[in-house]
Amino acid sequence: MVKSESKIIVVTSGKGGVGKTTTSAAIGAELANRGHKTVVVDFDIGLRNLDLIMGCERRVIFDFVNVIQSDANLSQALIKDKRNENLFILPASQTRDKDALTAEGVERVLADLRKEFAFIICDSPAGIERGALLALRYADEAIIVTNPEVSSVRDSDRIIGVLNSRTQRAEQNLEIKKHLLLTRYAQGRVQRGEMLSVEDVQEILAIPLLGIIPESTAVLNASNSGVPVTLGPVSDAKRAYQQAVAVLLGEESQSRQKGWKSKILEGLKLFTRSPA
Amino acid sequence: MFQLKGGLYPLTALQLLGSNLALFEEQLALKIQQAPKFFHHAPVVIELQKLNPADISINFKELVAILSRKKLIPVGIRGGHPTQQAAATEAGLAILTEGGKELSKSQTQPEKSAEQTVQATTNPDTSNEADIKGTPTKIITEPVRSGQQVYARGGDLIVLAPVSHGSELLADGHIHIYGPLRGRALAGVTGDSTARIFCQSLEAELISIAGEYKISEDIDQSFWRLGVEISIEAGRLHIRPL
Ligand SMILES: Nc1ncnc2c1ncn2[C@@H]1O[C@H](COP(=O)(O)OP(=O)(O)OP(=O)(O)O)[C@@H](O)[C@H]1O
Ligand SMILES: [Mg+2]
Repeated sequence: MVKSESKIIVVTSGKGGVGKTTTSAAIGAELANRGHKTVVVDFDIGLRNLDLIMGCERRVIFDFVNVIQSDANLSQALIKDKRNENLFILPASQTRDKDALTAEGVERVLADLRKEFAFIICDSPAGIERGALLALRYADEAIIVTNPEVSSVRDSDRIIGVLNSRTQRAEQNLEIKKHLLLTRYAQGRVQRGEMLSVEDVQEILAIPLLGIIPESTAVLNASNSGVPVTLGPVSDAKRAYQQAVAVLLGEESQSRQKGWKSKILEGLKLFTRSPA
Repeated sequence: MFQLKGGLYPLTALQLLGSNLALFEEQLALKIQQAPKFFHHAPVVIELQKLNPADISINFKELVAILSRKKLIPVGIRGGHPTQQAAATEAGLAILTEGGKELSKSQTQPEKSAEQTVQATTNPDTSNEADIKGTPTKIITEPVRSGQQVYARGGDLIVLAPVSHGSELLADGHIHIYGPLRGRALAGVTGDSTARIFCQSLEAELISIAGEYKISEDIDQSFWRLGVEISIEAGRLHIRPL
């Protein structure tokens, strides 16, 4: 029953407000665009952000916690996107607190989702507490969302350590694939030395780069209108997320990584490095 | 006359599981028989966290006496409730805060740690007593991430990857880092002042050998990002480009 290609990908960061939910929605929607049946799961219990960004907040009746506590079954809680039939969301509860998540419950729900979906994207809350730990616990791969500034890079470094030690795969001595996604990248600020450059961040984190998402007004417009960036009109952020998904799916081979990175940087008019 | 300094020293933790001190002394004697050198004059912290709440009163004076008879050096306690802490203070013990990191700041017993240093250097074999079997060298191939701590007990530590800000390496022996050192590296933590630190790029938050330490702002800028060897010379940390 389990789809062999079924993949659980956690979108995590440690630090808050770096763009995890934006990224979960954008990458989930782009995977669906490409024909992969995808569900985005909101682990941010108590805040419930994902449904707003995906524009389905009015359709939430049952949520993740209801399913964990067996008050509802999965099919009752899953919301199918109106724009793309491959895209689903499992919303978080607004009324419960994060202690409502249990490891057994999360494991069971994710195992059920694996039977239905090719990709399961887990939108992690900030921090390294219960909600965040459970969001990454059963992941096969991780997207580490990082802003080009020191505190975000530190927290990402820490979360990579957590991924290496506290995931089920790590405990079974299996590798957990990690992808670095730099978001809110603002060239001007990098040049003025207010932000770290791509190379600086990569040097510290030492994991493969999935993509670079520019600081963009398209993101704000998208979240205000409840449309994931990749389902919205053409924009720099949309292109960057599409590129990241191509890398995630292995369409852009490792050997071409250098090539596409410079392509993106040129696209963003990023010709210079930060002053040393 | 003297200088007050912070320091990070490994202390043996002794978890007290009950208040029957006669039984305790008996079991302790057995334990010491198994590795007499390891326990000889070892500073110990008495941990009270595992104690049954019913064991309210501990005779700390008696406990200290027992430990001293066994040639251990009781330094302080961790955990316990206010009554127990008061009794411990009364018996001359320090109250150490929870969590390993704070230990260095609250380590208010300079004479005792100095004593340990002297003891260990005059008798360099002591630190190896704990793991007599197997190779004591620890090799790490993955990056050491912020928040992680790696300790090579009784031997050297070799890291073949970057060491991040906010991480900590500890070794009783030498530390070799084939990558940038951006976190903290403490060699010779049991007092071996012949221990050395080698790294490919010095960007450390702190370096220390046998308790002598430098924080990043005290490190000569001309060594920044260079491959260096750090050792103790004439009692002070000495950095030399490789
Ligand atoms: N590329 C971008 N350009 C401009 N603004 C962005 C970008 N990415 C995210 N933002 C903005 O940053 C804010 C935080 O984004 P988001 O909610 O996705 O972060 P998060 O990591 O999920 O936050 P939290 O930790 O609170 O869950 C939002 O206002 C979002 O619109
Ligand atoms: Mg979020």
